[in-house]
Amino acid sequence: MKLSNSTSFATTGRSRNGEPWVWLTAAGLTFGVAMALGLFLLILIKGASSFWPRRIDLFEISAGPAAEKVAGYVTQETQRRDTAGTLHKEIQVFRGNKELNGEAFKFIDRSSIQSSSRPEALLLVERLEYGPAIVSAVALQTPAGKIPAGSSEFEQSLETILDQGRVARKKLLAIERGKIGAISRELASLARLEKSGNPDPPALAKRRGELQASFEILQQEAAAIRKTLAESSFTGITADGKEITYPAGTLLDVFPSNRAGFFERVGEMLLRMTRFLREDPREANTEGGVFPAIFGTVTMTLVMSLFVTPFGVIAAIYLREYAKQGAFVRMVRICVNNLAGVPSIVFGVFGLAFFVYFVGGGVDRWFFADQLPTPTYGTPGILWASLTLALLTLPVVIVATEEAISAVPRGVREAALACGASKWQTIQRIVLPASVPGILTGIILAMARGAGEVAPLMLVGVVKLAPTLPIDGIAPFIHPERKFMHLGFHIYDLGFQSPDAEAAKPIVYATALLLIVVVVGLNLTAILIRNRLKKRFAVSSF
Amino acid sequence: MMTSHPLSRPDFIQVDHFSFHYGEKQAIFDIDMNIPEHQVTALIGPSGCGKSTLLRNLNRMNDLIDGVRHEGDIRIGGISLYDPSVEVISLRKRVGMVFQKYNPFAKSIYENVIFSLRVAGRSKKSELDATVEWALKSAALWDEVKDRLHDSAFGLSGGQQQRLCIARAIANQPEILLMDEPCAALDPLATLKIEELILELKHQFTIVIVTHNMEQATRCSDRTAFLYMGKLVEFGHTMQIFENPKHAETEGYISGRFS
Ligand SMILES: Nc1ncnc2c1ncn2[C@@H]1O[C@H](COP(=O)(O)OP(=O)(O)O)[C@@H](O)[C@H]1O
Ligand SMILES: [Mg+2]
Repeated sequence: MKLSNSTSFATTGRSRNGEPWVWLTAAGLTFGVAMALGLFLLILIKGASSFWPRRIDLFEISAGPAAEKVAGYVTQETQRRDTAGTLHKEIQVFRGNKELNGEAFKFIDRSSIQSSSRPEALLLVERLEYGPAIVSAVALQTPAGKIPAGSSEFEQSLETILDQGRVARKKLLAIERGKIGAISRELASLARLEKSGNPDPPALAKRRGELQASFEILQQEAAAIRKTLAESSFTGITADGKEITYPAGTLLDVFPSNRAGFFERVGEMLLRMTRFLREDPREANTEGGVFPAIFGTVTMTLVMSLFVTPFGVIAAIYLREYAKQGAFVRMVRICVNNLAGVPSIVFGVFGLAFFVYFVGGGVDRWFFADQLPTPTYGTPGILWASLTLALLTLPVVIVATEEAISAVPRGVREAALACGASKWQTIQRIVLPASVPGILTGIILAMARGAGEVAPLMLVGVVKLAPTLPIDGIAPFIHPERKFMHLGFHIYDLGFQSPDAEAAKPIVYATALLLIVVVVGLNLTAILIRNRLKKRFAVSSF
Repeated sequence: MMTSHPLSRPDFIQVDHFSFHYGEKQAIFDIDMNIPEHQVTALIGPSGCGKSTLLRNLNRMNDLIDGVRHEGDIRIGGISLYDPSVEVISLRKRVGMVFQKYNPFAKSIYENVIFSLRVAGRSKKSELDATVEWALKSAALWDEVKDRLHDSAFGLSGGQQQRLCIARAIANQPEILLMDEPCAALDPLATLKIEELILELKHQFTIVIVTHNMEQATRCSDRTAFLYMGKLVEFGHTMQIFENPKHAETEGYISGRFS
């Protein structure tokens, strides 16, 4: 490119032919991709590393005259300037043992550390309450007697005790939540029967007596299990010399973090991950798993798609195929599009007022009048949440379906009509099948939007801790009126409402990662289905 | 090529002083012609002269467009298409149509052929199978596709797809077959095949074909109508129209002076 060229169409610099714009747009894209990737990587690393069993350090510190020993793993390094203006380098250590120390974390000034080591004897103990503890083993108490740490049977017996605890907890849950729950439900229904004019008092009294008897038997069974559990325990000693005894019933897991090799640690990490996925939350959600939240999120999203798909598709068919195109339809279309821009919390308010109070209240008055004033459907629940989100995502499906329908070539429609098909037959047999991939794209977008929405759910059915799932083994098995847990709300709850935000941090990242995985998983499933359908009649003329 | 069917009615389709308007625009001006049964009638004329419009009125395909109206009448077998007792759907079962751009459905070859039976609610397997074989044989496509009837129709070549569309149009045994430039999107070889097919099919169907191709009209039609600016200029035996046109416009058009 010669700069001296003087013809008018010569390009004498990059600015002439617009190349800087290419760079600018490319930079914009790069920036966007980098942001998304960074966000995902942060969540991935933080989320995955929260399951990794870390090595435990033992610090000997001397703060002033007193010496202290602290065992724990480092979670953070910070700097602090005190009132005099001197800089302190500090580390934040997770030392567990919340019931002894009040706080699970401790900040230690680096300059006060005399020595640090990693004794192999240190164990990470997980139990039902107070989060993890860090101790060295002292002894085991079994029905057969006391077994001191270091003896040959110690490992074996500890394993037995842990297994016993697991089995016993499962049995207790089955008795107390399952069988005793069923009895109290039947007692409650007997009470309602009595209140609404008793048809047969002797039979009722007899049944009540039977229930009472089996209730007592179950209680005795539970007490017996508890008694055997109380015969075993694990005693450990903390770094600063306090002995604690953990009854077998509360003991979940004992892991030798410093002794374990790489593969053992990987195994432990996988174990922790599956527990996170499969267990109920404990201790104000900061411990345990998130299974109910996963279940709630997936169920809510699927039920939402179940509602939004037919409504959206039918509305789009009417708008595109039957309605007389004119000012009115244009206005409806504008309204539908604007619906997508309404803040989601507004939908929450609408869902609460319309679905919960109006529709739900009506259902209660008509079908559950005997239980009033306790509401059955007139209270937030998963059905209302799904319907609210279906409304929220309706525009997405309508717009996508309309586009898909109008993309079906006129020639194909005319061919169908020329074959003697009615308008509805043409829509049903030709237009809709051809639009399925486009409609599915709309549903995918709706699901992505719906699964990540939290604000409206807080008004129409999400709770911090739902004691029961919306689908379970108790007749009628599907309970659309129940409240539910949701991963998005779980993140908010843990991060901002938790009593111990510091302890909840890893679980927040892990839950965020899980939410992404669940949303991506739901979408991938839908995309796979769509591609299958597309492929079924793909062009393959070569 | 002037063979006429022994039982054919010379005025099977009667276009009776027919005019047609797309809103403000009038596309057909007072056309009056009788199309004989079991013959091939070609509609020729320059672009925009109203050939498709006239053809699409024979199965009331133009009813779908907003703001259209007509004057005059069209009768098939003596019964007016616009008679209140005539249902458009049953009319279209009697009048099949093949379009300029081949347009098979996103279905298997089999399902494409029997679409008109399906929408008519017929689903007896033996009947459907027999129809598929008969229609595909009539469309000279059977040998090429008999082993892959349940494959997608999109896997066929353009000419095969158009013959599939012909099979689809005749599957329900219509009396009339309308073809709007059926070879416009095809190569010469595929065109030749379709022309042979038309000569075969005229023994069973009354065929009205729109064409831009003069040779095609001479090769496969018995009668030819020349339309110009929405009016019927000349209508008669194909031989006579091409060898001895009575009107100057006709002569100009067929000799290629304007198109
Ligand atoms: N859907 C329509 N709306 C308005 N005008 C139309 C429509 N279809 C065709 N026309 C007009 O009617 C006239 C005849 O068209 P057409 O029958 O398609 O011509 P041909 O098939 O002979 O080329 C043309 O002037 C065309 O512009
Ligand atoms: Mg045309």
